[in-house]
Amino acid sequence: MAGLELLSDQGYRLDGRKATELRKVQARMGVFAQADGSAYLEQGNTKALAVVYGPHEMRGSRSRTLHDRAVINCQYSMATFSTAERKRRPHGDRKSTEMSLHLKQTFEAAVMTQLYPRSQIDIYVKILQSDGGNYSVCVNAATLAVIDAGIPMRDYVCACTVGFVDETPLADLCYAEESGGVSSLALALLPRGGQIALLQMDARLHQDHLETLIEAAMTACKGVSKVLDQVVRQHLEEVSMLTGE
Amino acid sequence: MLKSKTFVKKTRSGGVMKIVREHYLRDDIWCGSEACTECKQESTELLKDACIESNLCSFPHYLVPDTNVVLHQIDVLEDPVIRNVIILQTVLQEVRHRSAPVYKRLKDIIHEKEKHFYTFTNEHHRDTFIEREPGETANDRNDRAIRVAAKWYSQHLKKFEADTDGLCVVLLTNDQGNKQKAEESGLLVYRFEEYIKSLIANPELVDRLALSNNDKNEITSSKVLFPEHLPLSRIQSGIKSGSFLQGTFRASRDNYLEATVFVQGEGEDSTEVLIQGLQNLNRAVHQDVVAVQLLPRNQWVAPSSVVLQDEGAAKDDAVEEGEEEKALKISAAEAARKPTGKVVGVIKRNWRPFCGMLNISQIKESTRHLFTPADRRIPRIRIETRQASTLAGQRIMVAIDGWPKSSRYPNGHFVRSLGGAGEKDTEQEVLLLEHDVPHQAFSQAVLSFLPKMPWAITPEDMAKREDLRHLTVCSVDPPGCTDIDDALHCRELENGNLEVGVHIADVTHFIRPGNALDKEAANRGTTVYLCGKRIDMVPELLSSNLCSLRSNVERLAFSCIWEMNQKAEILKTRFTKSVINSKASLTYAEAQMRIDDVTKNDETTKSLRGLNKLAKILKRGRIEKGALTLSSLEVRFHIDSETHDPIDLQTKELMETNSMVEEFMLLANISVAQKIYDEFPECAMLRKHPAPPPSNYDILLKAAKSKDVEIHTDSAKALADSLDVAKVDGFPYFNTLLRILATRCMMQAVYFCSGMDSDFHHYGLASPIYTHFTSPIRRYADIIVHRLLAVAIGADSTYPDLMDKHKHTDKHKQSALSNNLNYRHKMSQYAQRASVAFHTQLFFKNRGILNEEGFVLFVRKNAIIVLIPKFGLEGTVFFDSKDKTGPNLVFDEEGPTLSVEQHAFHIFDKVKVTISLDASNIQHQKIRMALIDPVIPGVSVPAPDVEPLAKKPKIDS
Repeated sequence: MAGLELLSDQGYRLDGRKATELRKVQARMGVFAQADGSAYLEQGNTKALAVVYGPHEMRGSRSRTLHDRAVINCQYSMATFSTAERKRRPHGDRKSTEMSLHLKQTFEAAVMTQLYPRSQIDIYVKILQSDGGNYSVCVNAATLAVIDAGIPMRDYVCACTVGFVDETPLADLCYAEESGGVSSLALALLPRGGQIALLQMDARLHQDHLETLIEAAMTACKGVSKVLDQVVRQHLEEVSMLTGE
Repeated sequence: MLKSKTFVKKTRSGGVMKIVREHYLRDDIWCGSEACTECKQESTELLKDACIESNLCSFPHYLVPDTNVVLHQIDVLEDPVIRNVIILQTVLQEVRHRSAPVYKRLKDIIHEKEKHFYTFTNEHHRDTFIEREPGETANDRNDRAIRVAAKWYSQHLKKFEADTDGLCVVLLTNDQGNKQKAEESGLLVYRFEEYIKSLIANPELVDRLALSNNDKNEITSSKVLFPEHLPLSRIQSGIKSGSFLQGTFRASRDNYLEATVFVQGEGEDSTEVLIQGLQNLNRAVHQDVVAVQLLPRNQWVAPSSVVLQDEGAAKDDAVEEGEEEKALKISAAEAARKPTGKVVGVIKRNWRPFCGMLNISQIKESTRHLFTPADRRIPRIRIETRQASTLAGQRIMVAIDGWPKSSRYPNGHFVRSLGGAGEKDTEQEVLLLEHDVPHQAFSQAVLSFLPKMPWAITPEDMAKREDLRHLTVCSVDPPGCTDIDDALHCRELENGNLEVGVHIADVTHFIRPGNALDKEAANRGTTVYLCGKRIDMVPELLSSNLCSLRSNVERLAFSCIWEMNQKAEILKTRFTKSVINSKASLTYAEAQMRIDDVTKNDETTKSLRGLNKLAKILKRGRIEKGALTLSSLEVRFHIDSETHDPIDLQTKELMETNSMVEEFMLLANISVAQKIYDEFPECAMLRKHPAPPPSNYDILLKAAKSKDVEIHTDSAKALADSLDVAKVDGFPYFNTLLRILATRCMMQAVYFCSGMDSDFHHYGLASPIYTHFTSPIRRYADIIVHRLLAVAIGADSTYPDLMDKHKHTDKHKQSALSNNLNYRHKMSQYAQRASVAFHTQLFFKNRGILNEEGFVLFVRKNAIIVLIPKFGLEGTVFFDSKDKTGPNLVFDEEGPTLSVEQHAFHIFDKVKVTISLDASNIQHQKIRMALIDPVIPGVSVPAPDVEPLAKKPKIDS
C-alpha cells in the first residue's frame, strides 16, 4: 500500500524527531593506541570508525608526491555486517571509491596541507553500521580523528544530509527516509567561516528550493559542530587529567 | 527537550532481515485539551465542555475510538454530532495501512475545525509508548497501546477535575477482549453501538452503524450457502502456478446469476472468463478484483441470453438454489461455449456506498429489509433500520459491510437518505454518485487557500503583467454563463495588419501547485454541467467571480496575442500574463445581432466583425486540411424558473458566432500546444484524438451503401469531403443522420504527456498537435498547460511534479494525472447524458403520450433504434416481448436489415412512433417507444388520439 509517511501532519518524522532535529550524536576520540589519531562516532544508528596515520613520508608510488603540500589519502569501507543485507565486498566497489574521493576532497579543503610538503596523510574510515547519512558520519568521525592526530585544520569539518519533503527540509536523514524517495543533499561545512567544503546531490530538486535546503543543511552542520566541539574539549580534559597537568 | 531512547524494532521480510530503527520518545507532545493547564501547547482542539447528550455519560467526555471503530463506523464519525474525539497515532497509522479511502475521510474530519478532532502522537510520547512483548501479536500490541494512551489521558485530565466537572475519556471499541482488559485497568469503555444508541438527541445515527461481527450471526442462518474464500497466500501461489486467474469481476446487467471476469494477460491480450450460478459467483460484487479457477472443459457453458432479475421478496437463505438457476441450464451449442470458471477468492473488494431503494419487508415489525441498488449489477443488500416506513419511496445510500458465507445477501448499513425518488434533486444526486462525480461542498482545507475578500489587483501583480486594460476586449458565451473563461479582442494595427488576442482567465494565479485547493481541483478534473446545475471544479468564488472575465471589472488573464494579415495568416505569436478589463459579456445571439446590425459601429462591434471575418477564413483553411464537422443532436431545455421543470425542449441552434469563438479557441490551443511542446518535449500535457480503426466505419459504410452513397474513410480529409457531397434527393435530413453515424465511429480523444507517446495527431481537428488551454476554470488539464506555458515564458516558477512525465501519464498507475482527467472527463459526459435523459423523462411525464416521426438509426437483432430529430431523442423499439411469442424476425447482417413479418426495416427508414414514459419501475424509468407506422399486424400499435405537441407549452401541466 501507500509508502511511509515521512512527515506527519503533526510535524513528526518516522522516528519521532521534528524536521530540524538531529539524531543523537555520541563520539569518542583516541580509541586506538597504534594509530596517530582515531575516533569513533555514532549518529543515531550509523556508526563509523576513523583512523589517521601521518603525516609521514610518501609510501607506495613516490610519483604522487606534491612539493608544496601533503597528499591526503582516504579510504572508505563498509563492514560486511553494516547493512541489513550482508555486503559481499567491504571496499573497492564503485560506491566506496566515489565516497573515498569525496572524503579526500573534503579534507583537502580543511586540513592545512601546505604545512607538510612532500608528505602523506592517510585517513581510513569504516562504517560499522549503516543507517543513512554515511558520508556525513564519516566526515564527522574523520574530523575527530584528524584532530586526535594533532594535524592542524582550518576549522572542524562538519557534514550533514538534508532531505526535502512536503516543502519542508528534513535534517539528518535516517535510512528509511533516504530510501523513501526523498531528494537529499549532503553538505560539508567549515562552520566558523561558513565555507562549504563539499556539496553533493544526485536527486531531482527544483532550483527554487535549493536555497532553503542549503540553509537548513548549514544550520544542521553548525549543530553537529557544537557537539563535536564538546567531544574534543571533554577528551582534552580527560587526557590532561591523566597526564596530570 | 528531546529525550532520546533508542529502541530496536525487528521485522522480517522475505528472507531474514533485521531492520533496526531508532524511535525517539519525547516529552513535548501535548494533550490538546482546552482544560489542561499543564501542557505548553499553542492551540487546543478539544473543548473544555465536550458535551454530547448521552444516557451513559452525563459528564463531559472525549471519545477515543480504536482502529476497527474508525474503519467500519466512519459514516457515523462524520456526523456533525460527534465532536471532541482523540485520534491516536496508532489508530491513524493502522487506518492508513488498511484503507486509503477511510484514511482520506478521517484526515478530512481532522482538518475540519468544527469537529474538534485531535491527533495525539502517542507512539512518540514518553509515557504512552509501549514495546511489543514476546508472544504478543502486532494487533494486540496496538490495542494495548490504545488502552495505555486512553489511560494516560484519563489520569492526565484527572488533575484538572476541579474545574471541568469530571471531564474524562471514553474508549470506544467493539472488541470484547479489548473491552474487558480496558475495564480491568479502570477505563471507561463502551461498545460503539452501545454508545451511539445512548445518544439522546440523535436516534437516527443508529441506522448508520455498520454491522459488527456478532450482529451478523444473528441475521444469518447457520447453513453455509457459499464455498469458503481461499486465504490470500493460497490465491497468490495459485496465480503464480497458473491454476487461478486474477481479474476484475463484472456482473452482468441483465442476469444476476451471470458475470464475466476480465483477465488481463501478458501485454495486450486479455481473456474473459464466464461465471454462472450463485455458487460460482461466490459473493463477488461488481468491480471486485477476484481470483477464478477454470472449470473443466466439459462444464463450460455459453452465456445465456435470458434476462433475469433478482426480484420479489427476500429469498430465504435455505431456498433451493436449483430453482433459481433452472432457467440458466440451457444446453448450448459446443461452439458457443466459453471458458467458464468459479470465483475462489476475492483479492480486493471495491465496495463503495451504493444508491438505491428499500424493499420493505412484508413483516411489519421487522427491522431487516432488502435494499435494491440502482445499478443492476450490484446484488441486493440486507440492511437493518427502524425507519423503514420513512425510507420507503426514498432514494437512499447503503454501504456493504460484509458478506458471510451463510448469507444469501450481503449485509450493509444505511448511510444517508438522498430524498424522495423521482424528485429532481434526488435523482441528480443519484446520478452524480453513480457516475463517481465528486460533488461534495469544498472542505475547509480547500477553502482556506482562496484569496481573502475584498480582493484587488495589487501593484506587484500589475508590475509583473502587461496592462491590456485599454483594449476593447469582450466575451461571447452561452446565455446564463457565469464562469466566463475566455475573452477576445481584435484591432487594426498601423501597418494594416490585425492584432487578435485571446484572453483566458488566469486561474493558476490563484491555484498554487500542491496545496489542498490544487489537489481537490486535480481530483475533480472537470466541471460537470447538468441540466440546470453545475458541479464546479474550483470553488464558486473563483469560478464565478475572481476568475470569471466579467465585463467592466479588472481581471487577471493569460493572453495569447497574434499579429495576422488580412488573409488570417499568423505573422507573430506571443503569450503574456496580463490584466484586462472586458467591455462587454455577450451571448452568442447578442454578438450575432451586433455583427448583423449595420447601424452599430462602436468599438466592440468592429472588433467582433474583424474576428468574424478572420474566423471564417480560418475555418475554411481548417476544413480544407480535413477537419471533420460532425453532428450530434444536443438539446436544450427551457426550464421553468420557479418549479425548475423542463417546459420545452429544442435542439441547440448554432450561430456564426459560435463557430467564431470556437475557431479562435482552437487557434489558441494549437499555438499553445506547439509552444509548450517546443519548450518541454518530455512533459507537455497534450490532447490527441487517434484515428479510428477501419473496422469502426463498417456501420457507416453499410448504411451509406443502402442509399447508394459512397463514403471514403481512408483519411479524415476523404471522409470530410465525401460527407459533404453525400446527399439524397428528397431526404434533406440524410446528411445530418450520416454525420451522426460518423460521430459514433470516432475514438475518444484523450490527454497524454508528450514524453510517453509518439502519436500526437488530432484526427477530428486535423491538427498535428493540440492541447487544452482555453478553459482553466472548468478543466484541470488547462491548469497544467497554463503552468507549463507560464514557465516557458518565464512568468512563473516551476515545481518538480510539473516536469515529471511519470506523474502525468503512467500506464500502470490509476493515480497518474492524465488517467484521472480522462476518467473524470468520460464520467462527466455520462453524467451529463444521464441528466439529459432524466429531464427528457420529466418532460414526457408531463406530456403524456405523443406521436412523432423519426428515423431508424440502427438495426439490431430484435429491435430498431429510432432517432426523433425534434427532441434529439433516441429510443429502442423492441419486437419481441418476454411473455408472448414474438413476431417472425429475420435479421440480415449484410444490409443490415431486420424483417418483421413482411416488412423489412433499413437504416434511415422513416417511421412513426408513440412516445410515453414507462414508470413501472420507479428506479429505472425510461422512455418507451412503440411503432405506429408502418403498420405491421400484431406489432405496431394504433395511433393514440392525442393532440399534437402543444404549440404553446402549458406551464400548469
